[in-house]
Order: sequence, then structure tokens, then C-alpha cells
Amino acid sequence: MASLDDLKKRIASVKSTQKITKAMKMVAAAKLRRAQESAERGRPYSKKMNNIILNLSNGISDKENAPKLLSGTGENKVHLCVVMTSDRGLCGGFNSNIIKKAKSYFSKTLNEGKQLKIITVGSKGNDQLKRVYGDKIIENISFKESKNANYFDADKVGRIIIEKFEAGEFDICTIFYNQFKNVITQIPQAQQIIPLNNEADHNNSDESYEFEPDEDEILSNLLPKNISTQIFKAMLENSASEQGSRMSAMDNATRNAGEMVDKLTIEYNRSRQAAITKELIEIISGAESL
Amino acid sequence: MSEEFKIEIVNPEKSFLVKEDVLEVVVPAFEGEMGILKDHISIISFLKPGIIKVFSKSGDENYYVEDGIIEFKNNNLSILTSAIFSVTDLDKSKQGDLLKKAEAEASKSEISDQAKYLADQKVEVLRSIN
Repeated sequence: MASLDDLKKRIASVKSTQKITKAMKMVAAAKLRRAQESAERGRPYSKKMNNIILNLSNGISDKENAPKLLSGTGENKVHLCVVMTSDRGLCGGFNSNIIKKAKSYFSKTLNEGKQLKIITVGSKGNDQLKRVYGDKIIENISFKESKNANYFDADKVGRIIIEKFEAGEFDICTIFYNQFKNVITQIPQAQQIIPLNNEADHNNSDESYEFEPDEDEILSNLLPKNISTQIFKAMLENSASEQGSRMSAMDNATRNAGEMVDKLTIEYNRSRQAAITKELIEIISGAESL
Repeated sequence: MSEEFKIEIVNPEKSFLVKEDVLEVVVPAFEGEMGILKDHISIISFLKPGIIKVFSKSGDENYYVEDGIIEFKNNNLSILTSAIFSVTDLDKSKQGDLLKKAEAEASKSEISDQAKYLADQKVEVLRSIN
């Protein structure tokens, strides 16, 4: 059995761990509010952008000559996966959930005999993926310096992707991120951004638009922007999810530490009591023997 | 019959401006300035760097934009832009920064004609503000 001194030290160390996790929880809660707000404020932009593109692609006259970003290269050989994770740890299952989702997608594509290329955004994803898929990772981007997700960073990622697409390095691009639902629930998402997945809801509105300049030019200008917008949306969702996930993880840790302190305190008191009893017995039996 | 329509300006970070009592908006469309009144035909167009003028019952406002897309439909005008600044908030130092950036971009030699044109536009508009 551990000595009294050891128990005392352990209690102190668990208590200080508890303090740290508690502080981290508070910080995450404060950051979460901000991240959640900006995620919600960012939604109208990406939604509107999607709407406009949907209207445009409905109205496009010849599908044959549609921009490649919309219709794809017509092939399905090389898959590019952009795995977006956080730069910091201690956020529960946040990163592993994304990685799990991504890995199952990876093995599926590889089993189908397709080529795989990976871009990781955020260092945690890179750390977890490089062991198994190290040779597949072609780029690792991390934004440790920027505090909040901003559009400028997203645009940088978007440009890299488009550059690679135009150089013909891949046919299909999918991004992986966590969608923020609420503090406890984050849903890992795989979203295909190239070619653009025209969702089933073709609301064939008879609304005819006037275009200035013509559709093709607008589309070819708009689609690259849309890539950056989608990535930005993913970044915002991700940062809200990260904070939410960290908050609940730290809440759990704080509670567990509390339980541990209680258990250790009982053990400490018991052994202290035992020591006192033992001493008393020794004194009494010593006195009796005289 | 009222002559008002709704305008909504959004940038990636937030909804920048929402107004319901707009009478006229003049936007720097790609092929020239374009005035939009109520019941305009549905249109999608690009913006080039310039000034968006919003005339509304509650006062007139000017905004400097660097790029964007506009969509007008059912008397709803949506403007999506990644860089927008209210002209009244644009102080000298901020304006100077933007101007310097635009000038640097315009003086690059290896950019395409279109990019050069856009950068020149930025410089011109920013100079004209003061």
C-alpha cells in the first residue's frame, strides 16, 4: 500500500490537473461561442453562393463545354482528399473522428484500384495519417499562426487545389471536416467539391436570368471562388466543432479528476486512521506489559 | 405602389448589410456601372473594383468593393463579396494600405491583362475616394 506521503502527492497532482482541465474548459467555452457565431454568420454566404451556382448550372446551354470544375475531367482515376483537422490536441474524438472517416474512404478508393493523393490541413491530421499513408500525402498546410479561421487562409488552400486541378493532377476532390451540430455532437463529413456535386434538388424554376457577361464566363469565374468558399465554410465548422469537442472532453476530464480526488482522499484518510490506530495499540500494549 | 426593394450584402465572415427600404442601387458591374431599380429583370453579374451606391429612404450609403457577384431576383438583391468597406469608415491609413497593395499588384509585370486591368481599377477608384 502506498505510503501517506505518496497519497498526499498524488492528490495534489490530480488536483492541479483538474485545475488545468477546468481552465481549458472555460477557455474552450468562451472560444466556442465566438466560433459558433462566426460559423453561423458564414452560412448565408456559402448558401447564396451555392444557390447562384445551381441556378447557373441549370441554365447552362451546352453541358459538353461546361467548365471542368463543374463537370469534372470525365475520368475517375486520381482522388484528392483534403483532410481538415485541428492544430491542437486535447479535444476528445474530434480529430480521430475525421481521420476514421477519411481512412475508410481511403481504403475504399484504394481497393477500387484508384490513385490517392492527400492534402492535410492542420498538423494533427498529418501526425495521424503519415504513419500509414505517408507516401500519399502531397502537401501539409497548417495555420498555427492565425488565431481564427479567416477567408484569406481558405483562399490559399483553394488556390492550391485549383492549381493542382488545372495541372491535371487529380480528377475528384473531396474534403473531410466535422460539421458542428451542437456542443456534444459533431458529424464528420465528406464533401465532394470537384466536380461539383449537383444535389438532386433541381428546382427547375422557370426563372430566366440575364447574364452579364455570359454564363460560361461567370461560371468559370465563380467556380474557383466557390471552392474557397466551401473550404472556408469547412474551416468555420471545424473550428466550432473543435472547441465544442474540447469543451465536452475537458468537462469529462474535470469530472473524472474530481472523482479520483474523492477516492484518493478516502484512501488517504483510511490509512491515516489505520496508522493512528496502530500507534495507539502499540502504546496501550506497551503500557499493559509493564 | 412602393418603389422599395431589399438588398443584402454578405461577405464570407458575416452578413454585412441588410436593408429593406432601398430605392436604387448603383453597382460597378463588369461591363460598366449598372443602376438597379425595383422590378429589374433577374440578373447575375460580376463586380469590378468600385463603389456601390445604395440609395434608400433611411439615407444614402457608399461602399468600396474589390470584387463580387450580384444576383437580383424577385426584388431581392444579393451581393456576395470578399472585400467590402464602407466609404465613411474608410480612414486615410486604411485607404493608404489598400492603395499601396493595389499599386504593388498593378506594377507586377507577369500578371495577365485581366488582372492588370482589375488592379488598375482598384488604384483608380481608391485615388478617387479622397
